[in-house]
Amino acid sequence: MAKTPVQFRLNGSDKAVFVDGGENLLNVLRRGVGDMSAKYGCGQGTCGVCTVLVDGEPQLACLTLAETCAGRSVDTALGLSDGPNLHPLQTAFMEHFAAQCGFCTSGMLMAAKALLDRNASPTREEVAEAISGNICRCTGYEPIINAIMDAAAKRGGGSNREQGHARV
Amino acid sequence: MALTVKTFGSMSEAAAALASDRTARFISGGTLLMRAINEGDTSIGTLVRSTDTGYRQIRSDPSRVEIGAGARMVDILANRDLAFLHPAARIVGGPAVRAMATVGGNLFAGSPYGDFTTALLALDATVSIQAAYGGAQQMPLEQFLQSRDRSSGLVTAVTVSRPASPDAFRFRKVSRVKPKGVSVLSIAAHLPATGGRLSNARVAYGAMAPTPIRARAVERALEGRSLDAAGIAPALAAAAEGTTPATDALASAWYRREVLPVHLRRVLLGETG
Repeated sequence: MAKTPVQFRLNGSDKAVFVDGGENLLNVLRRGVGDMSAKYGCGQGTCGVCTVLVDGEPQLACLTLAETCAGRSVDTALGLSDGPNLHPLQTAFMEHFAAQCGFCTSGMLMAAKALLDRNASPTREEVAEAISGNICRCTGYEPIINAIMDAAAKRGGGSNREQGHARV
Repeated sequence: MALTVKTFGSMSEAAAALASDRTARFISGGTLLMRAINEGDTSIGTLVRSTDTGYRQIRSDPSRVEIGAGARMVDILANRDLAFLHPAARIVGGPAVRAMATVGGNLFAGSPYGDFTTALLALDATVSIQAAYGGAQQMPLEQFLQSRDRSSGLVTAVTVSRPASPDAFRFRKVSRVKPKGVSVLSIAAHLPATGGRLSNARVAYGAMAPTPIRARAVERALEGRSLDAAGIAPALAAAAEGTTPATDALASAWYRREVLPVHLRRVLLGETG
């Protein structure tokens, strides 16, 4: 079966790969270009561990037909840090113990980035909604929500409009 | 096993390609098809795509709205003219699924998915289908859903009437997990009234049958009635008529039928909770 060439931008760098017909973006990232930050969890669009940004929008890489990414821009958790300098979200996840086993973390970070890129000072409810497609089985969601709220505040998103710690 | 992916610039070419290959499926957002492929569905041999931009457009006028089948849930949510559909679009998956899943794809989602289609059904939606060769045809959504697995054409758009008033259209999804959980059931109702009396009410259920269905017994029982406890009592008594819900990991068929009248009452009386 012939392979199809696909060119796209990954974390700001041009990439060109040959993909199999029907291959998903997650396979292309992990096996094709060696970006292992997005994980393979359920393969059904349920767990969110493969969340990446395509042209700035959160998408599930396991359900994205690789060929549809031709000419588009893909961002993964691998591109978050600037050399040794962590992204504010990564720092906040560390400080708030928002990662335990870490399997959900890269998907959580990208879902959170998608939110903060369009809403600099979200409410807790908006944060919970933004990560509602991402499952964590270790820490529970409170530390993750706290981390995202903190990152928003420290990025200069202003004060958190809602300070309560409602259970989600 | 690798698949063949065929990309076309127009929907008519895509429809022809789809009709000429029994293993071909049309891929749009991918949330149903890529999942099937990841799970090893060997009945799929070819994926047909279209880059036709008209396929994503939403056209609205004061009385009707035509939604391109390729419009995604986020496109619905970004369109202020479609505020009446926002509650139904907002409960589809999480943010990533909403940035992928399309209106056309939702018509093919098996129970307990396809809640957006439940809303369309209560709005008397019409499905536009591009035949493999020749022109387009229109089909009422209810009829389309009964034959969707045998459908040979390509869904290009869905057209709905605007609700009589914002309050006349109601939608409720019942799930065990908030904010994102799969449906125990969903209910959509269009309740136009004149002088306090209902006329031509439409009520649709999701996850109460293999496809979203109209609750015809409820609609009949609401004709000429008022939206109060006494007025809706006959409709609640007929709530489960014609339903064939599944027993799955979320709820048993028995449970779905038991809780259906409770949620129907809340929808009809505009109660929250």
